Amino acid sequence: MGAQLAAVIGTGQTNHTAKRQDVSMAGLCREAIDRAMADAGTDWSDIDAVVLGKAPDLFEGVMMPELFLADALGATGKPLLRVHTAGSVGGSTGNVAASLVQSGVHRRVLAVAFEKQSESNAMWALSIMPPFHMPVGAGAGGYFAPHVRSYIRRSGAPNHIGAIVAAKDRRNGALNPYAHLKQPDITVESVQASPMLWDPIRYDETCPSSDGAAAVVIADEQTAKGRPAAWIHATAMRTEPTTFAGRDQVSPQAGKDAAAALWKQAGIKDPVSEVDVAEIYVPFSWFEPMWLENLGFTEEGQGWKFTEAGETAIGGRLPVNPSGGVLSSNPIGASGLLRYAEAAMQVLGRAGEHQVDGARVAVGHAYGGGSQYFSLWVVGSERPGAR
Amino acid sequence: MVTISSEPLSAPLNVGFDYTRSLGPVLGRFATGLRGHTIAGVRGSDGRVLVPPAEYDPVTAEKLTEFVDVGTEGVVQTWSWNAQPLDGQPLSHAFAWALVKLDGADTGLLHAVDAGSPDKMSTGMRVRVRWAAEPVGSIRDIECFEPLDAEPVERQPVVGDDVTMLTTPIHLRYDHTASPEESRYLRGLAEGKLLGQRCPACDKVYIPPRGSCPTDGVPTEDEVELPDHGVVTTFCVVNVPFLGQRIKPPYVAAYILLDGADIPFLHLVLGCDAAEVRMGMRVRAQWRPRDQWGTTLENIDHFEPSGEPDAPYESYAQHL
Ligand SMILES: [Zn+2]
Repeated sequence: MGAQLAAVIGTGQTNHTAKRQDVSMAGLCREAIDRAMADAGTDWSDIDAVVLGKAPDLFEGVMMPELFLADALGATGKPLLRVHTAGSVGGSTGNVAASLVQSGVHRRVLAVAFEKQSESNAMWALSIMPPFHMPVGAGAGGYFAPHVRSYIRRSGAPNHIGAIVAAKDRRNGALNPYAHLKQPDITVESVQASPMLWDPIRYDETCPSSDGAAAVVIADEQTAKGRPAAWIHATAMRTEPTTFAGRDQVSPQAGKDAAAALWKQAGIKDPVSEVDVAEIYVPFSWFEPMWLENLGFTEEGQGWKFTEAGETAIGGRLPVNPSGGVLSSNPIGASGLLRYAEAAMQVLGRAGEHQVDGARVAVGHAYGGGSQYFSLWVVGSERPGAR
Repeated sequence: MVTISSEPLSAPLNVGFDYTRSLGPVLGRFATGLRGHTIAGVRGSDGRVLVPPAEYDPVTAEKLTEFVDVGTEGVVQTWSWNAQPLDGQPLSHAFAWALVKLDGADTGLLHAVDAGSPDKMSTGMRVRVRWAAEPVGSIRDIECFEPLDAEPVERQPVVGDDVTMLTTPIHLRYDHTASPEESRYLRGLAEGKLLGQRCPACDKVYIPPRGSCPTDGVPTEDEVELPDHGVVTTFCVVNVPFLGQRIKPPYVAAYILLDGADIPFLHLVLGCDAAEVRMGMRVRAQWRPRDQWGTTLENIDHFEPSGEPDAPYESYAQHL
């Protein structure tokens, strides 16, 4: 590949919650940035470039927030890039920042992503219908629920699988001090008793609406060697149109292609046995088995069995979302970078109460739009090739 | 072939929302000050007093905390005449946009100057704040600036709890224009016809037509009239009310694959209990009364069960 080595040397995130009314957008970003810089032991003079990720501008009603945030992001006199790939943007922000180091252009890059959902209403913003159309759209849940139904039909999964995922992720969230929702007492039964929002998706199977930010400091080999580092083994992104005849909306080709490229670059032949922990973008519970299959962790149609057997819980064969995932915190633009940061925290051994014992290889994943953007990375406690 | 004009159709699309802004400690201090007729700046690392106050230093990026109240008079650093103000701008009559360096500040504040005519404006002229009649804790509490020889207007400050939030209504007004192909399809709908297009390379039939095939990238010209019946491939039941919703929940939002089409579109299914809707259910269009038809898919009020046997899963599995 010819790429330079790059590693995450620090991560930071906010205390995610429904309304962070004590801070501005700038203050929200800085809470995550200051924590990432402290974690990395760097200061502003060490940072060569800044990459900002943010989901659609309609979510806060601020056009090009990277401009007014430049001071807060410490970007004065430095390159500042803004990335946008809908809900996957946090992931692609990590990939873009990594590429700036892997290419040898910069030595230390700050990646930051945020969403302040309380400034607006994402359900409204995602349901705007242009003229001439049938106004049946109902936000992200309304978009994804029919495809969840298709997955259930195609795979023959029993109806309670989504509730298993929701209960697991919310209990995991209770172990994460930064999580928006902490529900240690949630059960499969209580999830199944929660209101049906977009049949077949229930209230407790749906991500919250959060304010929050995430940041990571990515450094070159010279900076990272001799200190705790999550080495970046592979990154991948793929895209496809939202709709075309014959498109597989349950397991999109772009996701499969991104995963295939990722495993190849990381030298991983059998993902489920070689990856120790995965932070996968699961905004609606059923997407855990759907993405397990799409990413190649299981055969097609088998993802739900893996989930049902408890293999995705902490202590299972492949713990998925030990942080609580998107189901526990969803500051949309930041959610992908949170997956990436949590993957890095796992291999750094810094995940606290939701640490997976012995995690050496971890995957961060994000998807966005109508399942049309996919971002992935693999990070490891050892340098690539050293495993 | 149906002979229909293909001039693009256009219609207004208005998007608006009352966004909120949580201000944080620095901008909150600024907004609270304005309501009480004071203007807060903040001292930067280089000693300059920045107005409006910056939350983070433009040089060092460090958090700024040393507030400095500046004067309510200042000097115009530069300006531009705005002869035809738009809705929502500070004044409804012609004014100057100006950068005003307030006494004690080192940076210019962008605001309006009510000078009457451009020949009353000059770089270096002195101006003073004209406060708003009803201050709320916002940059709008400065109604505008005015030349020192203007007749002063008496306005009262307001004292109260700290300002922590702002509401900033934003409205965007677009003309949404359909493509020529979509316009043909919409005019077809106005005549009760469902017009799609077939791709010459892959033979797939798209409705609405797109003018080019998204997988082959070739132009599509072969028009296909489709029947108003088909199959529900998949669906959800929307039980959630939300802002801007135009159909009262609960309702069934279903992907309808018309017979002969290769891609489904979203529509509404009524005419049976939501719990009876299923994948593979055969449905047909229930059109609105003809005198209500326009160039929209809403001419079909909804789809309802046709009573035919369900389509086998294999017949639509590749459309999920
Ligand atoms: Zn084609």
